[in-house]
Amino acid sequence: MPPETMPHQTLSEKSFLEDTAKALKDPQLRRNFKRAMSGLVAKRRNVFPNASEFEGLREQASAVRRKTLSRLPELLELLEFNCERNGIRVHWAETTEEANRIVLDIANEAEVRLAVKGKSMVSEEMGLNAFLEEHGIEAIESDLGEYIIQVDKELPSHIIMPAIHKNLEEISKLFQEKVDSNSTSETAEEMTATARKILRKKFHDADMGLSGVNFAVAETGTLCLVENEGNGRFCTTLPKIHVALMGIEKVVESLQDLPPLLTTLTGSATGQPITTYFNMISGPRREGEKDGPHEVHLVLLDNGRSKMYEDELLRETLLCIRCGACMNHCPVYTRIGGHAYNTVYPGPIGKILTPQIKGIENAGYLANASSLCGACVEVCPVQIPITEILLRLRHNWTHQNKKRHWTDKNRLELLIWNGWKQVFSKPGLYRIQAGLLGRLGNLLPKQTPILSRWARFRSLPRFSKKSLHRLVEEEGIDHE
Amino acid sequence: MSESVSQRSRIMKRLTTIHSRSQFAEFRPMKQPNPPSWTLKEKISRLKSTMEAVHTEVLLCNDLDFSSVFQRVVEEKGIGRLLYARNTALGSQIYLMKERTPNKLPELATYDESIENWKEQLFSVDASVTETRGGIAETGSLILWPTEEEPRLMSLVPPIHLAVLKAETIHHNFSEVIQKEKWSEQMPTNALLISGPSKTADIEQTLVYGVHGPSQLVVFVIQSN
Repeated sequence: MPPETMPHQTLSEKSFLEDTAKALKDPQLRRNFKRAMSGLVAKRRNVFPNASEFEGLREQASAVRRKTLSRLPELLELLEFNCERNGIRVHWAETTEEANRIVLDIANEAEVRLAVKGKSMVSEEMGLNAFLEEHGIEAIESDLGEYIIQVDKELPSHIIMPAIHKNLEEISKLFQEKVDSNSTSETAEEMTATARKILRKKFHDADMGLSGVNFAVAETGTLCLVENEGNGRFCTTLPKIHVALMGIEKVVESLQDLPPLLTTLTGSATGQPITTYFNMISGPRREGEKDGPHEVHLVLLDNGRSKMYEDELLRETLLCIRCGACMNHCPVYTRIGGHAYNTVYPGPIGKILTPQIKGIENAGYLANASSLCGACVEVCPVQIPITEILLRLRHNWTHQNKKRHWTDKNRLELLIWNGWKQVFSKPGLYRIQAGLLGRLGNLLPKQTPILSRWARFRSLPRFSKKSLHRLVEEEGIDHE
Repeated sequence: MSESVSQRSRIMKRLTTIHSRSQFAEFRPMKQPNPPSWTLKEKISRLKSTMEAVHTEVLLCNDLDFSSVFQRVVEEKGIGRLLYARNTALGSQIYLMKERTPNKLPELATYDESIENWKEQLFSVDASVTETRGGIAETGSLILWPTEEEPRLMSLVPPIHLAVLKAETIHHNFSEVIQKEKWSEQMPTNALLISGPSKTADIEQTLVYGVHGPSQLVVFVIQSN
């Protein structure tokens, strides 16, 4: 795969609006997402059938993550100490460029040509595949979903199910065109078998395995990986070098912190009580052991996280355990899909992460792509106040650019709000307005000035002939 | 790595400066929900049903009938080459089985060399059989701490994994086993929870078993007499 064809994320409000409009007009894409998201929502509901039990569980998970934030510097030092004691080499990177360079240095020192990769969102942040490719190292994604989109030179459209935007026929066509021209793979079983064969060879040949980290335990120096496929175990066990990539916020204090996090993660992500594999790595191969990597490296990436740590509210972004439940339940994400955002992290978590990683001036517009319905907040297993953070980011975005500060500049808006205030504080005026809208409101054409901007993407509401007041007078109130 | 050292000090400096001037709500350990108190029988049945729900074969046996159940499974699955660990209790048992009734068991292979010299053989065996350190009833999980005798890849590379679980080592939940066995004082290089055969739902959410790891997992739960 030549580097110039690798996908890149472009941050621009204009292209975001264009891509959103395009996605909304793509019936296939919308069907794919609707089907997948409703499936995931139903599975999650099945695994947490009891609302009060779930509340108890997420109280625990949230408390564990909050403990991490309240002791972050100390726990990172403890993690480093215990990893090093176990023989894991710890590297620190402030930026993604630095993290890429660290991985490249490790690879070059061992003359690595082929690396196999387990799923890692931090590596997506880094653009690691493209970077290694530019330096002559092939990095193969081995999670089936990631493999599919790598073959099609796309970015993940979902943080848990990266190829969720594609349906069976689309993937089957892709396999026949790009994976194996003799392939007659049509069913999910056949395609999975084809991928298994190809990737087994890659595991067999690779000199380096790359992985993410779901949780890192400070007290024991243990890196934990949650997965179903087994590719994560291959990447961290078979090649002679294992490099694990993690954001600095993923540390937890103790092994006892793991059970509530594991349960809420797998349940929220895919509606499973547990995944097939929970892999806990506390060091490279020891004397006498016959397998396992000879070297284990841990790269701790900051990339804006220590800045998020500064603010009491924004800091809560760092509680995230990357389960993806917020996007599965988001009415915006479900309709536009993951690619329209053009960011590594789409959906609600992406809307609060990206502006903080990339800078409010570059990505602040993303915070506007929300109806603030709060579905994400209700399902978040670690209780991140996503809507509050969105409001704060909107505020910051508006204020960083005075031109966008409408209340200062826009007379029309002031006029409208003043009119609204008059009408709603004077019952007589209110009745006249309600009567007029009831009789004539539905005759207003979509092109009416002012209204037209609002109606560009929305249907106009239908006004009822009778106001609520009138209805109550006539029918009384049914307290049921 | 001097560059990394200065990166470290800059990150840590930022974090500690922020930390020293911030207020954090004090962490109060949550009251853990009362662990279930199941009888051994209940634990076995919970583990069995949970694992069966994800395509695992769970066979209940005892010390006396284990050999015959094991031989039947191996035969039914048409296993041609079986990887086992010679120097474990289970290994000696299988070795004896093979001695006594050579044609009831397939060709046996052992993981005697380090993976670098043994990769081709490992990738060509049909199945492996391992012991387990314990089980978890709540989530239907096996606990494996790979050893020199039973290395990490034994439970990953062969398409069929046969696992032997002693009923009395089944715990209620993950939290209980971490605490009871004092894991924080003795973590091995690799510890695993295995809760079924390898699976994926990455293609249109269709569940498919056996993507990278074993496509079949058979658990023999041995109840002592």
